[in-house]
Amino acid sequence: MSEAQRVLVLGATSGIAQAVARVYAASGARLALVARSREHLSAVAADLAVRGAEVVLQRAADLCEIDRQRAVIAEAERALGGFDVVLVAHGVLPDQRACQEDPRRAIASWDVNFASAATLMEAAAERMVVAEDGVLGVLSSVAGDRGRADNYVYGAAKAALTTYASGLGQRLRGTGVTVVIIKPGPVDTPMMAGRKLPARLVADVDVVGRRIHRALERGERMLYVPGKWRWIMAVIRALPIRIFERMRF
Amino acid sequence: MVRQAAVERSDEVAGPESWGRYPRVAQEALPLAWVDDPLPSGVPVLPYGMGRSYGDSCLNADGPVLLTRRLRRFISFDADTGVLRAEAGTSLGEVTELVLGRGWMPPVLPGTQFVTLGGAVANDIHGKNHHRSGAFGRHVRALGLRRSDGSLATLHPGDPLFAATVAGLGLTGLIIWVEIQLERVPSGWVESQGIRFASLEEVEALDDASRDTHAHTVAWLDGLARGRALGRGVYFRGNPAEGAAPPPRRPSARNFPFEAPEFLLSPFLLRTFNALYDHLPRWKSRTSVWKFFHPLDALGRWNRLYGRRGFFQHQSVLPDMEGVRALLALTSTRGQAAFLTVLKRFGSLRSPGMLSFPRPGWTLAIDVPNRGEETLAYLDEMDAVVRTYGGAMYPAKDARMSADTFRLGYPRVDEFATFIDPAFRSRFWSRVMG
Repeated sequence: MSEAQRVLVLGATSGIAQAVARVYAASGARLALVARSREHLSAVAADLAVRGAEVVLQRAADLCEIDRQRAVIAEAERALGGFDVVLVAHGVLPDQRACQEDPRRAIASWDVNFASAATLMEAAAERMVVAEDGVLGVLSSVAGDRGRADNYVYGAAKAALTTYASGLGQRLRGTGVTVVIIKPGPVDTPMMAGRKLPARLVADVDVVGRRIHRALERGERMLYVPGKWRWIMAVIRALPIRIFERMRF
Repeated sequence: MVRQAAVERSDEVAGPESWGRYPRVAQEALPLAWVDDPLPSGVPVLPYGMGRSYGDSCLNADGPVLLTRRLRRFISFDADTGVLRAEAGTSLGEVTELVLGRGWMPPVLPGTQFVTLGGAVANDIHGKNHHRSGAFGRHVRALGLRRSDGSLATLHPGDPLFAATVAGLGLTGLIIWVEIQLERVPSGWVESQGIRFASLEEVEALDDASRDTHAHTVAWLDGLARGRALGRGVYFRGNPAEGAAPPPRRPSARNFPFEAPEFLLSPFLLRTFNALYDHLPRWKSRTSVWKFFHPLDALGRWNRLYGRRGFFQHQSVLPDMEGVRALLALTSTRGQAAFLTVLKRFGSLRSPGMLSFPRPGWTLAIDVPNRGEETLAYLDEMDAVVRTYGGAMYPAKDARMSADTFRLGYPRVDEFATFIDPAFRSRFWSRVMG
């Protein structure tokens, strides 16, 4: 019987993060949870505890406050006694049109989806490198693989995040720390609510959570989930730009 | 992601639907992510869980349904006392999966595990153990109810609003969490038996002999039988299995992938039934709770087998077997019924809801494919029989009963109506009370 996994979930109230954490909880993991809303965080923590987790930390914090990030990571590290897994999962799906019209909104969404996520990864990596161990997972998106008219404000931040994580992963080679870039397609979560998508394109969040858990445990470097998105996005990326521009998706 | 594909298939109606897929209407929906999410104002709403209500009690003609399925976090569970509290969108299957390995089970399980706790309360559902344990509402220790006036109340048995909310069809407000007392079980297995019977007299005798010795009883009738075969079927009974066998894994369902023409359905099922009936007069087996309690879940979305026009389920409760006999006689002359007909004797334990369906007597559930006007006329004739014999119809299954039929079966309707949240409405309620 191995020791309980020590897992930090940043953005623990996100739909996908909850699904991943449920899998860890069922195996008796020790969890540190960080999210903005204290009420929602405590609901998530109670659920995970009932499912078998030992929740050692619930911290209500705005992860966009760059100056607090290192303190939050340090607090979690103390509470857990080290990191086996850190999952950076916070994010928003901004209103594309509103962001086109209001640059402040666009920049605010980039702060959440790119800037704060990148600096958090860096802060976590710093601690994990010292321990020479751990898996650092980050939730990017297939939307970052190619900018589309519908959501390029979001996609641009995820593209930057993927690029950042890829560079970080290369830098950390040989340190014992593995970076796992996770690119979900559309998943049935609150973030996707209101988007008109056909049911068969929207993945079940529990299926996605189990798949991400497996990728983190195996240290897979790049995960498209569901897997079909790897091939769909390969085709979409390969389209010549003039053809791509004409396509209505 | 791909907008091209976002066009709904032409045979699909937008939004959530009811299990019988009748009435087929576009339904606006609003997903809730947290129990404190703001509710829309100025428009009537209705909670919607997993859509296993057959008729229109889970639909709202005048506004959105509130999708509760994401409110599925556990709040607390005491493995010593078996008290479990969870958000109202948690399914009974999820509860079973969590607690089975620790020696507990939900106190009442219906034919499907795909029912939310909120839905189980709002319909005061029943199971094969009704003669022992009564309806679901009897095992609810407390619940949290949000009302449109902004209030949030914790309700207990004995509170008038509790009695209105149990079997309240989601009309008294939004149930946000439910606390239930689970039932101790020695394992995740059931010692089950199937026994065939040739008549209603035989099944009554079987039930007389079994209700004190078996925790779970139910009968399947051959709904297509005629003449001398009328009333034949298979009686199932079971008891929790002793022993330290590891709990069975929760099976994953295969969804039925398309809408089948109905003519394929009946002959196939009929042959299956006949094979079972002729070759297995009596059998015993150790069955997992998943299979024993939720036989219908083996094929996900089986409602599609009834094709695009959908189907009805006519579920009534009748004080004695005479009413059952009359209903079956009518069914056999009309040729409307489909294969599956379920018969179960309720016990005398009182249901706590003002509008609870379970009451002493026999409940008969008949699946009826929708063939239009003739089907509706036949169902009205069925209702007349139910009224004649002093029975009642189950709102969770209904899409078309008359206001009179409803009122006759539910004498506390007017008292209940005073507890309805003014911002909550359903198609069912507007239809039977409008």
